[in-house]
Amino acid sequence: MTDPVERVPVKRTAKLFIGGKFPRSESGHAYEAYAHDGRPLGWVAKASRKDLRDAVVAARAAQPGWAALTAYNRGQVLYRVAELLEGRRAQFVRELTDTGAADPERGIDAAIDRWVWYAGWCDKIHQALGSTNPVAGPYFNFTLPEPTGVVGIVPRGDQPLLGLVSRLAPAIVSGNTAVVLASETAPLPAVSLSEVLATSDVPGGVVNILTGPTAALVPWLAGHMDVNAIDVTGVADDLLPEVERLAAENVKRVHRAAEGDPFSMDAQSPYEITALMEFKTVWHPIGV
Amino acid sequence: MTDTARKATPAIEHREPVWGYAPAPESTGIVRLEDRYGLFVNGGFVEPKSGKWFTTINPATEEPLAEVAEAGPEDVGLAVDAARDAYERRWRSLPGSERAKYLYRIARQLQERAREFAVLESMNGGKPIKESRDIDLPLAAAHFFYYAGWADKLEYAFPGRTPSPIGVAGQIIPWNFPMLMAAWKLAPALATGNTAVLKPAETTPLTALLLAQVIQEAEVPPGVVNIVTGAGETGAALVKSSVDKVAFTGSTEVGKIIRRTIAGSGKRLTLELGGKAANIVFEDAPLDQAIEGVVNGIFFNQGHVCCAGSRLLVQEPVFDVLIDKLKERLQTLRVGDPLDKNTDVGAINSRVQLQKIEELVASGIQEGAQMYQPECVLPERGFWFRPTLFTGVSQSHRIAREEIFGPVLSILTFRTPEEAVEKANNSPYGLSAGVWTEKGSRILWMAERLRAGVVWANTFNRFDPASPFGGYKESGFGREGGLQGLEPYLRLDGGAA
Repeated sequence: MTDPVERVPVKRTAKLFIGGKFPRSESGHAYEAYAHDGRPLGWVAKASRKDLRDAVVAARAAQPGWAALTAYNRGQVLYRVAELLEGRRAQFVRELTDTGAADPERGIDAAIDRWVWYAGWCDKIHQALGSTNPVAGPYFNFTLPEPTGVVGIVPRGDQPLLGLVSRLAPAIVSGNTAVVLASETAPLPAVSLSEVLATSDVPGGVVNILTGPTAALVPWLAGHMDVNAIDVTGVADDLLPEVERLAAENVKRVHRAAEGDPFSMDAQSPYEITALMEFKTVWHPIGV
Repeated sequence: MTDTARKATPAIEHREPVWGYAPAPESTGIVRLEDRYGLFVNGGFVEPKSGKWFTTINPATEEPLAEVAEAGPEDVGLAVDAARDAYERRWRSLPGSERAKYLYRIARQLQERAREFAVLESMNGGKPIKESRDIDLPLAAAHFFYYAGWADKLEYAFPGRTPSPIGVAGQIIPWNFPMLMAAWKLAPALATGNTAVLKPAETTPLTALLLAQVIQEAEVPPGVVNIVTGAGETGAALVKSSVDKVAFTGSTEVGKIIRRTIAGSGKRLTLELGGKAANIVFEDAPLDQAIEGVVNGIFFNQGHVCCAGSRLLVQEPVFDVLIDKLKERLQTLRVGDPLDKNTDVGAINSRVQLQKIEELVASGIQEGAQMYQPECVLPERGFWFRPTLFTGVSQSHRIAREEIFGPVLSILTFRTPEEAVEKANNSPYGLSAGVWTEKGSRILWMAERLRAGVVWANTFNRFDPASPFGGYKESGFGREGGLQGLEPYLRLDGGAA
């Protein structure tokens, strides 16, 4: 009689998420991720400058189609992401535990709830923050917020899931597409989020997630001429001047969310959505 | 034909009247200019520590109007200190209802003294009196009146947030709408509880200094508004000073420099920069109305307008008829004395600007576009440029890509709405756009796709204090006017429970 064979678990390869696909870095490089206690968690793709440019191309290609969906449709697509996150709850708890998060259960709960909160804004932001304007003349005049286009996002690295969701969700509900630099030291929750997004109905390219050396990639994101805005909430203070200088080249919008308790309700706001939108005003004469 | 008839014909031709216009100049007697204007700091006019003065002229005559102080870094610092002091001691804690009353006073005084301001605006900037009188001044007063009313209603503008002022705003404005831009900057800043240091453009400081007198007479607390005159170096000193926010209207080039200068400083920033707006005329447009809109779009204020409709996109079937009508209309434009009530196109604001226009127009000719200018006699002195059309313009021509900021229209054609959108959006700018068509659904379809902050449909160059204005892309960020124009001057921290 032979001993029962112990099943060998299948390990995941943590890859980049670009244009709805999971490529390795074109550079061929990867780096090792570790748990907070030093346990190795496996290899993670190390995004290069070229990967970042590819991600911007994918985001740009996806943007008009994403923005053209009805707000109701976009809201449902994003709500479904929350459904899938809920289904993978245990996995996120495990990964957040590995990062040393104080309360991993609270972390995933807050991330899911935040995602649902923002998904609901898709078909309300225009009503809440747009306006019709009483101009002094025979004109119908209205102002609506519109997506700015492609948004680069640098979430806080010390909040690998909630920090990312808090920046990504308000960026894309309006119809922007995003290139996200995941937490360099705790990349796995972001990689798992990309797998959730890939199996949801979010079109490929709407969200692109890169793992790798944040400080080396940020300047290329900030200086990219086809990125309309950059959320620098997670950019280190000493890197910020350089990022803002680079952003000047195409008059990129630079947004930095206020510091604060990420679990607080103050950490979510419709003004986080409009920070990455443009207000367009339309005039038309009234007459017979 | 009889001999009599044959003889009569030339006689009738001879009698054909010449439709000239008698001069109708607005009197300048209403304006009392001083020889010298100091800096307006802490509620009074002071001599510049820099010891420097410059002469400001009338661009229509090149005659000097007055000497104006040139603020150096020390002067700017003192103005910012005064603004800081006024903010900390008084203005930030003054109830909105009381702040409002000062702004209402300013609005009322501007209405009261509108003609004086309008004449001075035309003297110092070269714009036709009918524009300064009917547009710049009424809108400037309206802007103060509109924002006055917001001062005690801010909590209704931003649901779930607790709006609070930022502090001291450094504001730099251009020479094309000196008074109106001062109003666009000061009114929302003051209404929201900030204090300000305003730098007018070096070629057009006089109406801002007259506004300083109005601010004094309105008894606005000293230091709430400070006005420092000077050129680029003064502006740079203001940007680098300890202000909490910078608001700039001007060229994209300078806007980028400002962005770089304050990088990492934590200063808030809004930029209202250049434009190269497409004015799109479809074949079904009411052509005569469209012609008026096209003319207003590019020749209003000599084309010194960041949102000017400087690229005309015409649908091919109506190209010939539209160009004929446009050329005919250009012949009727009266170019000359800005103070003449009949003048349509006044003086170019400065010699430097005239040279820039001439250089770009030369590039248009050199790159192969066809130029048309109506016949008109230009005054001998001063800075002038004829209303100019270019046909045969391709998208790669400099005159189709670069902001000319003068009375020069580049005309291109298109066949389909998709092509019109493609060409209109093919620009790093995105400030404004125009659409002319009788079809309502097409207007909304176009308005949705044009990447511009303001879309005028079957109209152009309309402005209102209640209407937000500002750019997409390299035309800047932030809005001025309307509810949305409050946000750049506020912190919107917390509040939602």
